[in-house]
Amino acid sequence: MARALSEAVLGEIARLRGLYPEPRSALLPALHAAQEEAGYLTEAAMEDVGRTLGVPLTEVVSVATFYEMFHLERPGRHHIRICTNLSCYLNGCDRVLEHLCGRLGVRPGETTPDGRVTVEAVQCLAACEEAPVLLIDAERHPRVSPAALDDLLARLA
Amino acid sequence: MPRPLLTRHLGRPGRERIDAYLETGGYQAASTALRDLTPEKIVEIVEASGLRGRGGAGFPAGRKWKLTPKREGEARYLVVNADESEPGTFKDRTLIEQDPHQLLEGMLIAAYANQVHQAFVYLRGEFFAGYDRLRGALADAYARGYFGRNILGTGFDLEVVIHRGAGAYICGEETALLESLEGKRGFPRLKPPYYPAVKGLYGQPTVLNNVETLAHIPHIIALGVDGYRAYGPPVLYSVSGHVLDPGVKELPIGTPLREIIFEHAGGLRPGRTLKALFPGGSSSAILTAEHLDTPADFEPLAKLGSMLGSSAIIVMDDTTCMPAVIRRTVEFYRDESCGKCTPCREGTIWLSQILDRILLGRGRMEDLDLLDGIARNMTGTCFCPLGESVPPSLRASLRHFHEEYEHHIKTGACDVRPVAAAGA
Repeated sequence: MARALSEAVLGEIARLRGLYPEPRSALLPALHAAQEEAGYLTEAAMEDVGRTLGVPLTEVVSVATFYEMFHLERPGRHHIRICTNLSCYLNGCDRVLEHLCGRLGVRPGETTPDGRVTVEAVQCLAACEEAPVLLIDAERHPRVSPAALDDLLARLA
Repeated sequence: MPRPLLTRHLGRPGRERIDAYLETGGYQAASTALRDLTPEKIVEIVEASGLRGRGGAGFPAGRKWKLTPKREGEARYLVVNADESEPGTFKDRTLIEQDPHQLLEGMLIAAYANQVHQAFVYLRGEFFAGYDRLRGALADAYARGYFGRNILGTGFDLEVVIHRGAGAYICGEETALLESLEGKRGFPRLKPPYYPAVKGLYGQPTVLNNVETLAHIPHIIALGVDGYRAYGPPVLYSVSGHVLDPGVKELPIGTPLREIIFEHAGGLRPGRTLKALFPGGSSSAILTAEHLDTPADFEPLAKLGSMLGSSAIIVMDDTTCMPAVIRRTVEFYRDESCGKCTPCREGTIWLSQILDRILLGRGRMEDLDLLDGIARNMTGTCFCPLGESVPPSLRASLRHFHEEYEHHIKTGACDVRPVAAAGA
């Protein structure tokens, strides 16, 4: 049967499985590993994960859809997560979000038509001393103003 | 005021490297604990220190360890709650990113005290930088023999797995966290059993501690109970919102709110006055300027109907629209509700709909009683603390700022300068 995941990722999932007293505990880390490969989780990839860990596909999907960081559709090449919770709200995140969406022509939760950027309004990122704060992919950017955001966008590939 | 203890080395470049940590006496407390102290003695010391859980509930740390049954041949686990996501709270993330070995040393002592040989750090999925730092630090600590087999030649074994979450506030609730760690949806468990200490991960005794709680442990062992308590005892306040110098402030527990905000967090922007604050994250009832002389400690805040919680102080000045802040808070709990119980799932939706219409100028006077009634009916009826977190701030805002809600309803407009115009 054709595999969706590469041998490297399947090997990594097998390694993860060995770290836990019960294999199913490796489900979240395995989904992270699978998602890293393709950028999102296809049904075939989730099937591979389930087969490796002994978890039925329906349960893999049930878990994958519970957590916000797992994507079942292809996101943009870059992922901008902007916090819209209290401390960021008090420090003007709504203006930054509006500016961001205006510049990219998307609404929160959407991806630009060219597949470059996904914008997501997210919950408190536990970096309130840097409000308003956002994540571009894995990197956190503190005290972002609309002007600073323009610079950050210009640097995105 | 005593020097900072937990935050003394924060912000120093290269602090995550094990040599930098060892240079300042790092891992000496763990070495003393494993070589010279019995597990029972450590539990006793931690209990005498008065340390209370820093995740929000404030359960005495030593008593939690004492509650954990230590039967021979039975698997026990240590799980670190590093899923920090209570709005306004950022002390744990700071500790993980800027002094990861302090946490690891606390874990090692906690594991030895509870005779645990397998530990998990449930790390918030969005903590990308924290994951890299902690993973690197753990690898170094393994290489130097502080983890793994026969630690420091004492015969004690401990394996540590860093487990990334994937975005779900509910997983900060300890039983939901355990479900998630078992590879399931993060639904909170039915109680009883009340304590994961007795029946936790895979149904086994599980010591579940918050990051900051564990970061205190090496200092308690190094300084002894009296030496440690001479520092306050210390606590980490996360201060943010409308203050000039937001950040993690390590201060003696019980420091008055006024001192924390105006002396340690830079006070407010020029010309502004304090309107309201959350003393313990968005789950705590908001307070006003008249409460500023209250010590930021468990009992004094509970007496006001609020709580210390995760000691996240969110400050709001007079440019803040309170109904808008409460709407943002309610929307958060609405979006993060797991949907398992009706009061939380439906209550948060109804509340946000009513707040929407008030803020859109379509509110009715009877909406204010309706908001309060829904909040009252959610109190004590939700399955877990998530739903219970909604009523306190909402009801306090209705008490303290009733005329502001009325103004929105009567005029369809806000009578404060909007937040956005105030600038950052």
